[in-house]
Amino acid sequence: MAVRSVAVNRVPGFGAAILVAALVLGTLLAVVLRAESGRGLGPADWSAVRFTIAQALVSAVLSVALAVPVARALSRRAFRGRYVLVTLLGAPFILPVIVAVLGLLTVFGRNGWISQVLGLAGLPPLSVYGFHGVVLAHVFFNLPLATRLILQGWQDIPAERFRLAAQLGFGAGDTARVLERPMLASILPGAFALVFAICLTSFAVALTLGGGPKATTIELAIYQAFRFDFDLGRAALLASLQIGLAGIAASVALRFSGSGGFGAGLDRVMPRWDANAHWIRTQDGMVILLAALFLVVPLVAVVLAGVRGFGLIGYGVYYAAFLSIAVAMFSTTILLLLALPLAATIAVSRRGLVEIVGVLGLAASPLVLGTGLFIILFPIVDPFALALPVTALVNAILALPFAVRILVPGLRDVVKSFGPLAQSLDLRGWALWRIVILPRMRRQIGFAAGLGAALSMGDLGVIALFADPEMATLPLQMYRLMGAYQMEAAAGAGLLLLMLSLALFWLFDQGGRWRAET
Amino acid sequence: MRYLTFAAGLIGASAAFAETPELTVYTYDSFVSDWGPGPVIEAAFEETCECDLKLVGAGDGAALLARIRLEGARTDADIVLGLDTNLTNAALDTGLFAPHSVSAEFALPIPWSDANFVPYDWGYFAFVHNTGLDAPASFKELVASDLKVVIQDPRSSTPGLGLLMWVKSAYGDEAPAIWEDLSDNILTVTKGWSEAYGLFLDGEADMVLSYTTSPAYHLIAEDDASKAAAAFDEGHYMQIEVAAKLASSDQPELADKFLDFMVSDAFQSVISTTNWMYPAVTPSAGLPEGFETLIIPEKALIVPAADAQTMRDEALAEWLSVLSQ
Repeated sequence: MAVRSVAVNRVPGFGAAILVAALVLGTLLAVVLRAESGRGLGPADWSAVRFTIAQALVSAVLSVALAVPVARALSRRAFRGRYVLVTLLGAPFILPVIVAVLGLLTVFGRNGWISQVLGLAGLPPLSVYGFHGVVLAHVFFNLPLATRLILQGWQDIPAERFRLAAQLGFGAGDTARVLERPMLASILPGAFALVFAICLTSFAVALTLGGGPKATTIELAIYQAFRFDFDLGRAALLASLQIGLAGIAASVALRFSGSGGFGAGLDRVMPRWDANAHWIRTQDGMVILLAALFLVVPLVAVVLAGVRGFGLIGYGVYYAAFLSIAVAMFSTTILLLLALPLAATIAVSRRGLVEIVGVLGLAASPLVLGTGLFIILFPIVDPFALALPVTALVNAILALPFAVRILVPGLRDVVKSFGPLAQSLDLRGWALWRIVILPRMRRQIGFAAGLGAALSMGDLGVIALFADPEMATLPLQMYRLMGAYQMEAAAGAGLLLLMLSLALFWLFDQGGRWRAET
Repeated sequence: MRYLTFAAGLIGASAAFAETPELTVYTYDSFVSDWGPGPVIEAAFEETCECDLKLVGAGDGAALLARIRLEGARTDADIVLGLDTNLTNAALDTGLFAPHSVSAEFALPIPWSDANFVPYDWGYFAFVHNTGLDAPASFKELVASDLKVVIQDPRSSTPGLGLLMWVKSAYGDEAPAIWEDLSDNILTVTKGWSEAYGLFLDGEADMVLSYTTSPAYHLIAEDDASKAAAAFDEGHYMQIEVAAKLASSDQPELADKFLDFMVSDAFQSVISTTNWMYPAVTPSAGLPEGFETLIIPEKALIVPAADAQTMRDEALAEWLSVLSQ
């Protein structure tokens, strides 16, 4: 097998996969073992399962389908502020759910900006609550992520290919057929599986925008089993179902995804001669404008709400912000230590189990993961002492699927293009990483680390069960403010969180690009 | 040598620290927030107890009970503060809680006696609205109006469960019909109180399920008289928040001392303007200025703790079947 022609040690990757699987499945098992007799799944649970699958399917299809034109437009247009826009695209995804939902409703809600404009024209307000509201919110969260993943795919096509295409006189249609569609075939199924898995575990967004208990997702049913009925068995059963669904989605996606890979180029940015036609420029401009409006206007709402409350936030919030940054750094380190070997193993192996393991973390119910860890750790150590390390670890596991998805395509190309040379030079182990892989993967590593850090900042995850009173992270502190009527201060804290997450994302992402493009 | 002195000082200090007994109180998150009662109460109790009071926020009332059930008798908690009467029976069934020895003159609208649980505050659930609104005076009027309300999911929120019990105790077998009529007034259902209240403040809904005491927050803390609670003819469902000592506590005397402190002036005088509820024992200075503007329901509804569990399950099943269609 040609892809084996490189001395990447696959053991660390398998080790990382086993660790993730052990954590996700072990915590599940811990919950099962702790369960007393409960009841099995009732009709209400099954209707939650059906609703969950339906909304996740529609949300994922729409997010990915809409992301293709946006990514294509961004990939072939250079304009002022493009980089800022691409960075801002990361924002919806990393915002705490409640901040994003309030931002969305400021725009699309019954009393939102659009409704107010409609009101001026004598029209009734928008009705955002319902199935379409759930999908709207999920597209808001996941369109940017899908766009970034697909954009990465475009950037992974070496510029030389486009130059060659131009020399051969390719138009937009030919370029799409020969270069873009094969790339999309290898990227889209994975992106779809990822967004699907994210939407599976949605809870507060689905409930709030779904307009009532008919928008009950599996995660809410788990919540009910845990805290309403204290039926740990049912909670674990539902959690397994959720993991199973994500696993099925991931394996189906793998089966359908093309092989991809374009070989190496010299990593130069190239003008796109095939997309110079006037109508293509106009179309790209419109697509970018619409996407930017859809994604940025709710963020503006978040910023406006936060500015008023910014002066109200006190020492507690800043301390929480400091802790969150520390957790994010720690979490990003764990993330890269797990993701790089895992991605390398996937890149040199046939597709399969290891890649599916990467999705596990995403599909795991945070509540069950946290509870399981708590059950395992509580008899041994003081859970408060471990609050921050546990949070960092879980955040890393949750971000792992994204990192793997970002790293694998590039790694595959590196292995394919430089594997034989590395082999003949007998490069192996750390030297192989240092000389061949890391330098060529800087952009992807930076992106993965940035996303991981930002995700860790915004994630409530499991902190609630382990939270030490003096060790609240920023999102938790924000929720506490809201619970004490401090909505304005909470909005201020939300803005701080947004700025810090974006700053971390930008730093890592920029670090990966620094002097990487000539 | 200086280092040795420093080290000796450090060891001496930590030894002295170790002698200070620690009392661990599990409570809900908003209690321990900077604006909640936690910081003031911690300082006040530590002045007299010669101990270290450790307040631990663990979600909300129901999450608190789940946490204690997970930890069982090995728990570090000496006191759990923040359960309500919908949960006390389930809490009692765990066998983890010990009887108390507190006696106080409770200012609750209903007589109180419980061997294990001591109330520290209470309130009425109510729909809160802006003062300009022509507010309904009953559930019947609400369902007949085209007002939009935002409520919380009873499966994930204490007020949400309160509303379920409110409708059930006011209407009994008619409750499903009320929910049926109410369904087109419900703008949406949120995970917790914070989300719902945030939506209301943003102008998304005409009314939000909260407490009769919520307007006092806006009046006293923000000098904003624009919020009011709608008084309903059917009566208002009560929430009585309680604390109890754990049987496994390694500081039983200190725990008793805390429960006594909890019904004293030092604790009770803080509650009304930090937790925004009525104190369980009226402090000697009375209620703070502004509380006299609040509506006082003519009828207090509450389901006895012993029946709460059964009624809760029945009401939830009805609620789900009506609203899931």
